[in-house]
Amino acid sequence: MIKNISNLGDAALYCDFGDEVNKEINSDVIKYFNSIKKNKIKGVNNLTPSYNKLIISYDLKVTNFREIKQEIEKLSKSEDSKIIGKNLEIPVCCDKSFSLDLERLEKKLNLKKKKILENFFNKEFFCYMTGFIAGMPFLGDLDEHMRAQRLETPRVKVPKGSVGMTEQFANIYTFESPGGWNIIGNTPLEVFDSSKETEPNLINPGDTIKFKQITLEEYINYNEQ
Amino acid sequence: MSNSYFKVIRAGINTTFQDKGRNNLYHIGIPFSGVMDNRNYLLANKLVGNELDLPVIEFAYQGPLLKFYGDKVNIVITGDVVFKIRHNDKEIDGNCYETYELKNKDEINILSTNKSVYGYLAISGSFDLKLQWGSCSINTKANIGSNDGKKLENDQEIKISKINENTNKKKINYLNSKIENIRIMKGTNFDYFSDEGKKIFLEKEYTVSKLSDRMGMRLEGSKIENIVNTNIKSEGLLKGVIQVPADGNPIIMLSDHGTIGGYPKIAVVASVDYDRLVQISPGSKIKFKEIELSDAETLFKLYEMETQNLLSQI
Repeated sequence: MIKNISNLGDAALYCDFGDEVNKEINSDVIKYFNSIKKNKIKGVNNLTPSYNKLIISYDLKVTNFREIKQEIEKLSKSEDSKIIGKNLEIPVCCDKSFSLDLERLEKKLNLKKKKILENFFNKEFFCYMTGFIAGMPFLGDLDEHMRAQRLETPRVKVPKGSVGMTEQFANIYTFESPGGWNIIGNTPLEVFDSSKETEPNLINPGDTIKFKQITLEEYINYNEQ
Repeated sequence: MSNSYFKVIRAGINTTFQDKGRNNLYHIGIPFSGVMDNRNYLLANKLVGNELDLPVIEFAYQGPLLKFYGDKVNIVITGDVVFKIRHNDKEIDGNCYETYELKNKDEINILSTNKSVYGYLAISGSFDLKLQWGSCSINTKANIGSNDGKKLENDQEIKISKINENTNKKKINYLNSKIENIRIMKGTNFDYFSDEGKKIFLEKEYTVSKLSDRMGMRLEGSKIENIVNTNIKSEGLLKGVIQVPADGNPIIMLSDHGTIGGYPKIAVVASVDYDRLVQISPGSKIKFKEIELSDAETLFKLYEMETQNLLSQI
């Protein structure tokens, strides 16, 4: 539930769902996000769900804080807010040429490569949010003993498709970008397709993700099928 | 399709196509983008007789030198801009907010913005641009928008898809007002900062850093001390949000900002001041002034009325 609504400047509502980061709180955020999207509130021009906050921005020429707040309060009483998530499988190749930080992770986590990958590929992930760079999903939660800090010196270029881990989250670099996550593999799948006019991103908040390990050969052939 | 086009002889420093921006994509990581100075954008389109939401050329500091090939087209420059127009061997100084007719092989040379940052060039008609998610706006950091998401380059051609016939010469008298006091509202993490830090933020002058662009405006000045945590759990950002990272120097998010971020939000710029904020050039001093939400709403309404009033005079 929303614990507090305040204004973030004069053109946005800041809905606070709490301080912790967990699936339960995030599911609430996503429920509101879906429900507001469906109800199309006049003047709302953007929604940004994150771990435990939802920011609703609006066109100040059309509406204002008081009006949008009322709409959101009305909405919070409606029951129609089931989470609609897809189940997706993402192929990942962990060939040496892709798993840039796997050896580093062995030391950081004090776990053998095999164990790290076993744990990673058996895990069912939940998409908390997408963003930072277009379409990048933040997927949780990794088990306690799988949690590592970011690289001390971020890479200037992380290759597109890289699958990384940091703290309780896994992510996928949808574009080549600077970044500090521990990279364990690469997906041949187009997670963000900027040529699509609608739904360019494959993974949305609320989706459930499983990674599937593939060989280098399968990786190379993946987009030729 | 018209056969007219501009040849870009000199692209300028940061020349892009922009329009009203893209809605409803923050949740997948795509910022709003769009013109930085909305009022000057609207005035430009209105002066050349266009629909108000058509794409224009936005430039910063030094603008482009363009050569026109075609029959004729009306153009206008808005902002505080120094430019020249060359017809045959004759060169004249141009005035902003006044339309000019370009004939075949005429040149427009946008030399600089005058103690400001952004200026706009509109034509009476439409550039031939591919829209992405409903907008032509170029975001060079994410390679989104028309022109393959890249800024304009020397020697490229800008195709014109349509030129409006029968457009009259138009002008208005408008002087861009400058501001030094930026009105803000407290941000959601205002209390992360020490009393001394808050006082500094609201009372001291800040200098706009050279490291400012369409993504953000970095400020230099007295450091603002954080007494809670220099990071927050990543959450949404908006244009105008002022974040203070661990080094204590505020950064104001501008139109191409990343959609989520993890630095505490000390304040948010009032919408009424956004158009004029983005025009403050590096090296200039600014000060923040706190106002209430209700004041911010009223001030924006007045600013909006003023804009509509200007548009109705054209």
